[in-house]
Amino acid sequence: MPEETIIPAQPRHRLTTRIWHWINALCLITLLMSGLTIFNAHPRLYWGEYGANGDYAWMAVGSSDTMGYLRFGDLRIETTGVLGNWQDDQGRTQKWAFPGWATIPSSYSLADGRRWHFFFAWIFSVGLGLFILRSLWNRHVQQDLRIGLQEWRPSAIWNSIKSHLKLSNIRQTGEQGYNIIQKLSYVGVIFVLLPSMIFSGLAMSPAMDANWPLLTDIFGGRQSARSLHFIAAFLLVLFFFVHIAMVLVSGPVRQMTAMIFGGKRKEPPA
Amino acid sequence: MTIITRRKLITSAAIGAGGLLSGCDALNRSSTFQDVLASAETANFAVQRALGDRMALASEYTLADRSPNFRANGTRDPGTADYASSAAQGFADWQLRLTGLFKKPQQFSMAALLSMPQRTQITRHDCVEGWSAIGQWTGVPLKILLDLAQLQGSAQFLVFHCADRLGGRPYYESIDLLDGFHPQTILAHRLNGESLPIENGAPLRLRVERQLGYKHAKYVTGIEAVASLAGIGEGKGGYWQDVANYEWYAGI
Repeated sequence: MPEETIIPAQPRHRLTTRIWHWINALCLITLLMSGLTIFNAHPRLYWGEYGANGDYAWMAVGSSDTMGYLRFGDLRIETTGVLGNWQDDQGRTQKWAFPGWATIPSSYSLADGRRWHFFFAWIFSVGLGLFILRSLWNRHVQQDLRIGLQEWRPSAIWNSIKSHLKLSNIRQTGEQGYNIIQKLSYVGVIFVLLPSMIFSGLAMSPAMDANWPLLTDIFGGRQSARSLHFIAAFLLVLFFFVHIAMVLVSGPVRQMTAMIFGGKRKEPPA
Repeated sequence: MTIITRRKLITSAAIGAGGLLSGCDALNRSSTFQDVLASAETANFAVQRALGDRMALASEYTLADRSPNFRANGTRDPGTADYASSAAQGFADWQLRLTGLFKKPQQFSMAALLSMPQRTQITRHDCVEGWSAIGQWTGVPLKILLDLAQLQGSAQFLVFHCADRLGGRPYYESIDLLDGFHPQTILAHRLNGESLPIENGAPLRLRVERQLGYKHAKYVTGIEAVASLAGIGEGKGGYWQDVANYEWYAGI
């Protein structure tokens, strides 16, 4: 069996990928937490152009004196202690939707939450744009994320799923090229979810509505854009947890070292 | 070995998350850091003004698109004796005073305003909190009043003085001249075909459609043309800008 060849000139993660990865991680955490502060100002989501307290919300966080709840359509789930009715670090009961440990700042301030959100939104947007351009230019996307025709075969995808169910298989990965599930996740996050956060965010802006009316229409109205912004944010949270779990399973020290210092790139056996 | 590493990682992640939060609160209290964060407003203003026609219109809708109920927010009734007596006579005695850097400062009665050309527009009101309501507004284009009173060359901003107070302070707002002369910037006195309700700002409220709701001053009593916002209130251009860190430019 031929030996794997290490290409010393190219690290596993390029410098631009590593810089962007960590800046982006900081941005996503601050954007999520300041975004939850903004959500707390009106913890109700609607479809269409308009939506306010008198209108039907498909999702809402609410509270009574004794309990908090999360409502999806007609389904009401009690969330006392976490959403809608929780104790702050002084032991006082608070009725904001998301608790202080999940928001920036930790006490409710819509104005401050917006400041954090828009500042980091700029770094996030410019960073994502530069990373995508650079990764097309240096062929990171074409070399590492391009999905070959044979990878699209249902049997190939099924094999990859089965392979993920065995932890020992996940442990072995991390030095070869990405598998189909990794590629789909990364492509989906970089080219779909992250850009949709920027555009659904802009679609909520009254000035952008005048500048680019089509943008709000694409999302089905301002309140739909707000709902999709929220849903996409939580898909990113889901990605974050799976991503962290995979790093922990596959060798956290090696993976973290590689994402900080570059790591080694191995060519699969010829 | 790996177990310990993982446990350590999880523990340090938890400590890190706690540190992040208190660190964020400390940063949030720093006025230098607040200035850094606020620099995004400058970028938003410059880029949003550059991305489209500077006179681009906000979306307008049909009667069928309106919200069943138009939500009111902020002051729902100024609650003063003067306001109540004016309301009792249908605001027949209401005066709109144009002061400051005008060549012809003057005041308009409601009757005078109602006799001017009107604009009716069905637009979406976007609150900073996140909700939206669509309503039909009728009012006098601000441009007509500005043309009558004639701005002096040094005027840069229009300050809207209001009859309501929040937390003991008078409400006010301000816009620049570009928004002042925008065709959809009107002083509305009708909502959905009826006299403007008190909770929505009777008898006159500003509509400045490309910005968020807190810019749309209600119960407007006067428009002051100024060269700088420094001398008004605490100098940040509006009630919410003075009392909290809301941005003067509310295009997003």
